[in-house]
Amino acid sequence: MVETSRHDILIVGSGIAGLRAAIEAARISNGKLDIAVITKVQAMRAHSVSAEGGTAAVLYPELGDSLESHMFDTVKGSDYLADQDAVERFVKEMPGEIYQLEHWGLPWSRREDGRIAQRNFGGYTYPRATYAEDKVGFFEMQTLYDTATKYGNISFYQEWFVTSILADGGEFKGVTAIERKSGNFSQILAKAGIIATGGSGRLYSFATYAYSSTPDGMAAAYRAGIPLKDMEFIQFHPSGLIPSGILITEAVRGEGGVLVNKDGERFMKKYAPNKLDLASRDVVSRAMMTEIEEGRGMKDDASGLDYLNLDLSPIGGQKIKERLSQIREIAIKFRGIDPVEAPLPVRPVCHYVMGGIDTDIDGATKLKGLWAAGEAACVSINGANRLGANSTAECLVWGKITGGEAAKYAAARPQASVPGELSALEEKRIFDGIFHGKGGTNPYEVRDALQKEMAKDAFVFRTGDGLSQALRTIRELKQKDFLHCEDKSRVYNTNLSDVLEVEGMLAVAEVVVAGALARTESRGAHFRRDYPGRDDKNWLKHTLAYAGPDGPRLDYSTVAITKYQPAERHY
Amino acid sequence: MSEFKLAVQRFDPLTDAKPRLAEYTVPMREGMTVLDALLYARDYLDHSIALRFSCRQASCGSCGMKINGRPRLACYTQVEELGGEKVVAQPLDNFAIVKDLVTDLESFFTKHKQLMPYVLRSDAQELDHPTAEYLMKPEELKKVLQFTYCIKCGLCTSACPTVAMDVKFPGPQAMAQAYRYLMDERDEGGEKRLEALDTAHGVWRCHFAGSCSFVCPKGVDPALGIQLLRRHVLSGKAPRKQGEGAKVWSAPAGSTK
Repeated sequence: MVETSRHDILIVGSGIAGLRAAIEAARISNGKLDIAVITKVQAMRAHSVSAEGGTAAVLYPELGDSLESHMFDTVKGSDYLADQDAVERFVKEMPGEIYQLEHWGLPWSRREDGRIAQRNFGGYTYPRATYAEDKVGFFEMQTLYDTATKYGNISFYQEWFVTSILADGGEFKGVTAIERKSGNFSQILAKAGIIATGGSGRLYSFATYAYSSTPDGMAAAYRAGIPLKDMEFIQFHPSGLIPSGILITEAVRGEGGVLVNKDGERFMKKYAPNKLDLASRDVVSRAMMTEIEEGRGMKDDASGLDYLNLDLSPIGGQKIKERLSQIREIAIKFRGIDPVEAPLPVRPVCHYVMGGIDTDIDGATKLKGLWAAGEAACVSINGANRLGANSTAECLVWGKITGGEAAKYAAARPQASVPGELSALEEKRIFDGIFHGKGGTNPYEVRDALQKEMAKDAFVFRTGDGLSQALRTIRELKQKDFLHCEDKSRVYNTNLSDVLEVEGMLAVAEVVVAGALARTESRGAHFRRDYPGRDDKNWLKHTLAYAGPDGPRLDYSTVAITKYQPAERHY
Repeated sequence: MSEFKLAVQRFDPLTDAKPRLAEYTVPMREGMTVLDALLYARDYLDHSIALRFSCRQASCGSCGMKINGRPRLACYTQVEELGGEKVVAQPLDNFAIVKDLVTDLESFFTKHKQLMPYVLRSDAQELDHPTAEYLMKPEELKKVLQFTYCIKCGLCTSACPTVAMDVKFPGPQAMAQAYRYLMDERDEGGEKRLEALDTAHGVWRCHFAGSCSFVCPKGVDPALGIQLLRRHVLSGKAPRKQGEGAKVWSAPAGSTK
């Protein structure tokens, strides 16, 4: 019999979305609901800490900004694939979230008059990126984690790896998980669940993501029959630092930094004459890869990576030290360059996945009793390309919404129960299949091969031939005998969870590539050299991928267009 | 050097009586961090090495360990800066070992929580249903900013000689955060905070070895925080009382917002 514990609400993931959901559920239930957060890392370690530059919200209409403008910029940035009803709700909720975090202690940077400061960011008409130096995600995590400790009805399963979602009779029932410390396998049942496990950026090795950002939550939802939406849209941020891929925030360009090629030319003048370096990220990254391909980039000999220079000198040393202190620290420590004195070598880097677990506007998935929020989810407010400063914002808004929805639902439900054989089967799959499994292929080499293939054929520029090759490679990798575990100890066996992560990465990569191959148009971050134009007649629709026996089965759903008809984008 | 020796302290409580050092040969590359080296060993030489890591940019606080005898973040330590031919990675002191480089930080998190790391206010309705921000001048923010950089990595607490002697001592991390919330212009819980710190195991136990501040990777200076806390505990005066915290912004008369 599998060990069992029970809660009213179970939140998987402890990033900004997960913690915000936990606090919301705790708060509105007045201490009555039992809320648990389960996370494969320690609760304050989530990748959300790495967000740097800002969180978007309209705070100063008296300076010209408006909710309509935030909405329009977001829809335009999305290349019209965002659901406009969701975007409208998002921009309305955001100012309250900024003030809420402020009240809970977040040290937002301030104007001289004591009010909250904001800065410019790519794709926006007004400065609306709210910031706390250049450590925005870190401070949001700190504020939410610290505030969560105030509530007696929030408990944490820290360093527990969720292996599957339990569903019965079309309803969410809980999850199965392995406690790292003991190696014990349990089922954790709950009346309601929220998946907030973040993005899948580690499908690429040159990524701004933490190592923990593997698509475990997405893969578990997919295996449970829930579709993944718009997974072919992956954002490549213009400025990943050579050679690590650590993010150099867009705030650098927001504050006045410029991209230059090997001739010292400010090349964005050619590609986006109005917004220049602050055009949307997909536009800037394509411009950079074009410069590199046409021979105007430079090469880092040690890593073999091509790059362009990000020149911070227009910002000035004083402002760099005050507003971009972390960037300076990172550049000195990880590259040996002080950006006050010399430009930083950067190139496009995997930064965000627009797609995720398909949800409705309330964050509800197709499985009753299960919600999804943050980067793991696809509501969709980001469509084919997310604007900077909208992701931490989305985590806050849909963390709050799903926490509230799950609390309402759980309050009216009986205790969850589930047929015993479901968890027993999962335990057998993991321990008989992998822990005691046999095989000759190193799972870490399978991961490396996958990342190499994704960087080659599913990057900024794509073609039908390249994507077909990627699909073949992924299917070959799936057949390799990597489902085995060299570490024979039950205690803190990361080898076992790493194998499970690689298995999930392959499943989700297949969805990314299948969706990209099918979508014969270019929109936002998805650019097909063989179909360079946007095709609204055939492709103004969301991709839905369902798990099938031979890989993903694709279906499509409509985009909610309320206020803004699709138009050509100019920056 | 084209390659170097990486010694990793190994210990599995299920099978080992005591820890031992295992040695791995790792190819050197430019800019390699100790975390890179450990992951090379884990991925290609021995899959059973246990360690914590995540963001690899000194923001998440996962990879605290003792490197060549001193508590550091593995991701924030260049192999080159260690100078020698050998890198030695061991778990942090002052915490029980779970396995290899992984230590049990539960008591560390509990102590942080016990000193109330959140804003305490008398205006409950406004606190959870904000109408605007609490006003705070940049210079007021500056007073606490340095202490807000704490990433809860545990290096300070592992370096603290008092923590090693007294299990009830909250330790430098928790106390530096107590100071941060005490001094925040928005907080009104000062009296409660000072009371919690004024015990035989509280601020008076610290004897200013200063090792916490020496090892902090984020420049927090917990020793300074504790010293400043003492001044407040001694005077018995909280910086602010109930109702004296920063005020909510309100629109000037005659404006629409």
